[in-house]
Amino acid sequence: MNKEVLVIGGGPAGIECANSLISLGYKVFIVEKCSEPGGHLRKWDRLFPYGVSASDTLDKLLQKSGKAIFFYDTEVQTINQVDEKFVITLSDDTQLHVSSIVVATGFTLFPAAKKEEYGYGIYNGVITNADLEDGFKTHKKELFKANRVGFVHCVGSRDEKVCNRHCSKVCCVTAVKQACEYKDLNPDAEVYCFYMDLRMFGRGYEDLYLKAQNKYGIRFIRGRVSEVAEDVNGCLVVKAEDTLTSRPLKVTLDLLVLMSGMSKNDDNDKIADMLGIKTEEDGFLSLPEPTLNNCQTVTDGVFLAGSVTGPKTLPETLNEARAAALSVHKYLSR
Amino acid sequence: MKEFGYSLSPSSRVDLDKIDKIKQERLFALEPGFRKCMACGSCSATCSAGNFTDVSLRRAIAYIQNGQDLAALSLLKHCMLCGKCLVICPRGINTRNLIMNVLKVYGEK
Repeated sequence: MNKEVLVIGGGPAGIECANSLISLGYKVFIVEKCSEPGGHLRKWDRLFPYGVSASDTLDKLLQKSGKAIFFYDTEVQTINQVDEKFVITLSDDTQLHVSSIVVATGFTLFPAAKKEEYGYGIYNGVITNADLEDGFKTHKKELFKANRVGFVHCVGSRDEKVCNRHCSKVCCVTAVKQACEYKDLNPDAEVYCFYMDLRMFGRGYEDLYLKAQNKYGIRFIRGRVSEVAEDVNGCLVVKAEDTLTSRPLKVTLDLLVLMSGMSKNDDNDKIADMLGIKTEEDGFLSLPEPTLNNCQTVTDGVFLAGSVTGPKTLPETLNEARAAALSVHKYLSR
Repeated sequence: MKEFGYSLSPSSRVDLDKIDKIKQERLFALEPGFRKCMACGSCSATCSAGNFTDVSLRRAIAYIQNGQDLAALSLLKHCMLCGKCLVICPRGINTRNLIMNVLKVYGEK
C-alpha cells in the first residue's frame, strides 16, 4: 500500500479532504476540471447565516493545502483496479497509482432557463441567485437600483417536471440572506420572497429569517410563482397564489431573483460507472449506509464527500470531507 | 344594446401594486410586531371567538398585507380582546395591541 490518494474535485470538499489527508501523512492528488480551485465557493460573495466572506473562507481552506498536487483543467479518463490499487489515467494522459479515491465532485447549479415560465434569459430583469451573488462580489451598482425586487424559492427544486423532486435545502436561507443584503445596499427597495415552505433548519437561520421580517421588512408570500411576463414598461409582472388567503396574486417588479437549486453533477453517471458504484433516482451518488456512514461506497477504497451525495451546506460538506479522510486512513491502516 | 344576461364579475386577484402602503407603515410603526408573523395559525386556533364567529387574526394579518382592509376589519369585528392569542403567539407579537391598532388605522373613516 502506498500512501497516495486521489481526490476528484477541487471544491471545498476536495480541498478540506486533502488537508486532512495531508495532516495524516498522505500524498494527495486533486483533479479539478476548472482552471482554479474552490468550485462554487469561488463564485460566492458571502455565506449564510453570518455573512462570512466566501473568499476569506476559501483562502483559509487553501492555506493548508500547499502540499496537495493539483491537476487543473483535467478530468479523470479511466480508472482501473489492479489488486488493491487504482490506476488512473487523466485527460492530460498523466498516470497515477493510488491506494484510495475520494469523490468530491459536488453539484451542478440548476440551469434556470429550463423553467421557461420564469423568463430567465428572456427578460433582462430576471437573474439567478448566482448572478446576484456575482453582483455583490463585483459591486455591480446597476443591479441594486431596482426598487421592487422578488425572490423565487425552489427554482429547480421540489419539481418533478425538471426531474428534481428533492429539496435543495440551502436556497431558503440563501434567499433570505440575499434579500437582507439587497436591502442593505438599497434600503428603499420593497422585497418579496415567494416560498412554499421556509426551511430554516440550521443554527442562526431562523434568526436571519426573523431579522428579514423585523429589521428589513421583507414580505414573505407563501405560494409558488406560476409565471412571469414583461409589461409595456419593461417591468416584470409576477403571478402566484397567496395560499394563506387562497387568492391569486399579482405584483409588478423590477428585478426577480430565481433561487436555482442544487442538481446532481452532470458527471455523476460517468464517475459512478468508472468506480462500480451507483446513482440514485435523483442522480446523486448512492450511499449503502446513508444513516451510519455518509462517506462509504460499495467499492472498497472509494469514498464520497460533500454534495456529490445530495444538497449540503458548507459546514456539512467540510465535516464530511474530514470524515472521508478518516475513512481513507482507517481503510489504509487496516 | 341587447342584454344577454352576462356580466363581468370583479377580479378576486390580489394586486400588490395597488395597496395603501402609507397605512401599512403607520400600522408597522404602532405595532412593529406585525411584521414578525409567520402565519403559524396558533392565534386563530386558540381564539375563543373564532369557534363561533368569523374571527381570525392570522387571516386578518394576511389580508392587511394584501391590502384587503375591509376583509381584515370584518375578521376582527367580533374579537373580545381576551388575549389568548397574545399568550400563545410563538413570535411574541403583542396581538392585542396589534388588533387595537388595526381597528384604529383601518377603521377610521
